[in-house]
Amino acid sequence: MAGKNKKSNVINLIAIILVFVLLNILTTSGIVSRYFAGILVTCFINIVMASSLNLTVGYLGQLALGHAGFMAVGAYASALFSIAINEMGMPATIQLVLSLIVAGIITAIIGYLIGLPALRLKGDYLAIITLGFGEIIRVAINNFKFTGGAQGLTGIPKIVNSNNSYWVTIVVLVVLYTLTRSRHGRAMKSIMEDEIASEAVGIDTIKFKALGFTISAFFAGVGGGLYAQYTAFLDPSTFGFMKSVEILTIVILGGMGSLTGTVVASFILTLLPELLRDFAEYRMLLYSAVLIIMMIFRPQGILGTKEFSLTGALRIPAAIREKKRAQNDAEGGDL
Amino acid sequence: MVFIQQLINGLQVGSIYAVIALGYTMVYGIIKLINFAHGEIMMMGAYFAFILALVGAPVWAIFLISMTLTALLGMAVERIAYKPLRNSPRISALITAIAMSYLLQNIALLIFGADPKVMPSIIPNKPINIGGLQVSNITIITFLVSVLFMILLTLFINKTKAGKAMRAVSEDTDAAMLMGINVDRTISITFAIGSALGALGGILYAVAYTQVLPTLGVLPGLKAFVAAVLGGIGIVPGAMLGGFILGFIETLAKAYISSRWSDAIAFSILIVVLSVKPTGILGKNTREKV
Repeated sequence: MAGKNKKSNVINLIAIILVFVLLNILTTSGIVSRYFAGILVTCFINIVMASSLNLTVGYLGQLALGHAGFMAVGAYASALFSIAINEMGMPATIQLVLSLIVAGIITAIIGYLIGLPALRLKGDYLAIITLGFGEIIRVAINNFKFTGGAQGLTGIPKIVNSNNSYWVTIVVLVVLYTLTRSRHGRAMKSIMEDEIASEAVGIDTIKFKALGFTISAFFAGVGGGLYAQYTAFLDPSTFGFMKSVEILTIVILGGMGSLTGTVVASFILTLLPELLRDFAEYRMLLYSAVLIIMMIFRPQGILGTKEFSLTGALRIPAAIREKKRAQNDAEGGDL
Repeated sequence: MVFIQQLINGLQVGSIYAVIALGYTMVYGIIKLINFAHGEIMMMGAYFAFILALVGAPVWAIFLISMTLTALLGMAVERIAYKPLRNSPRISALITAIAMSYLLQNIALLIFGADPKVMPSIIPNKPINIGGLQVSNITIITFLVSVLFMILLTLFINKTKAGKAMRAVSEDTDAAMLMGINVDRTISITFAIGSALGALGGILYAVAYTQVLPTLGVLPGLKAFVAAVLGGIGIVPGAMLGGFILGFIETLAKAYISSRWSDAIAFSILIVVLSVKPTGILGKNTREKV
């Protein structure tokens, strides 16, 4: 078992590096335009936001409607921090990593404080409280002096590009993937399946719900930090309830409980509106229609709770051959 | 004097919230779904009234026709989006409700455009002097109409057969079905009444703020939902109480603290109430059974 894991880790690592090299060749040689590289960064940010929300929705089974609020906290925290340390002239990578960690920690603390009262209760309370929180954050950012108010925050160092956002996304995905397959991840999944039963087998449900929600908030903060230092300008109206719904749509489309599904859906829902630029006013109409149709006909999303695995995909031809041979053998046996 | 003036303003805002909150609470009571599309139902009601007012319909017809149309819309929404999901996980229904809210909002955006339209003054504004206080007749009419409909609703729920069926279904759907109650029809009636009340709130809101726009329902919808939770969601008198309390708090916060922070204050109250008494002011604590 350990050997198999090691083998798949190596294969995945090679794939990650190959994609990175490809990305680098495409962006530096000018085969893809700067505009397209920008869309890729948006894709990566969406992956970070949606996969962090997926932890709450897909693994804890709790609906959170304030993810844009966490994104806003992370964005402003990292932006203000990055502006403050910009004078020190440290390398861009270190500045980015530091600001993302600061953004993550601040967002995680706020997430914990918001989540704790809601997670003690059963039912839709987390949805209600996070919804209220998202609105409060928006009003607060609009009215505080240090966030630049309704005019927005300018002068943020623009240090995020397609390369470093790619690596941040990979780190976030790897951490979330290992977390969901750890002892803690299994505990969270059991809470989603049946809260009372998991409590009965000795899982501290409140603790694990709070843990999952806090980690989710942490990575939402990281996503917000990426966004802030990519756009270099923050407008509080970006982080409305609409944004939370957009992120939720990605999670639902990809499949609640599937990180690879989230990645696929992020690409679809980021690239599709770009391709359909002429129909921009129909975008939210499309999003909402997709959500309703998905909920009625395929509530589990594109991938359901399954994960797409490279080693699994590599094994498909072999598996087909195996199946054919078995079939032939069976037919031969009948004759 | 200023304080009493503010209380009267609070009464107007509060009665609108209370009427809208009733729709949330009735739907939640019967199918345990937070109907996020309710704010948009309210917005559609306001637009129906806007069109009728442009055509030049009399005031009673504006109220009657737009409430009827909105009731039909509410029933259609339930039939198309919520009914297929009645046995799926709660989270699916909740997501559908959010999506429905955006669908209606974007349909309104495509039909009517994003710019606010001026609502014709279907009720001419005449300030009335009561003991030195300037009170607009719209304030008084809003309050009286809301209270009238609240009384009608209470009578309907407590005295009629359909109201009895509604209470039965909200208590135990399966048992109600076994007793021969047509559950589908009862749920339809609930949506119709809730939506009609939403339309009433929408019209009163549009008259009070003299404009209609596709995002009209978002904030009052969210606040009415806060009001419903505040009073105890699923409890009809709770929604009325919560609506008035929220109306008072909001106008007083606007007058004495800061108008820009009043929304944040309303939502903070929601979080505080949920942390202290999650079932709301009139809610009873229920024990979780396995």
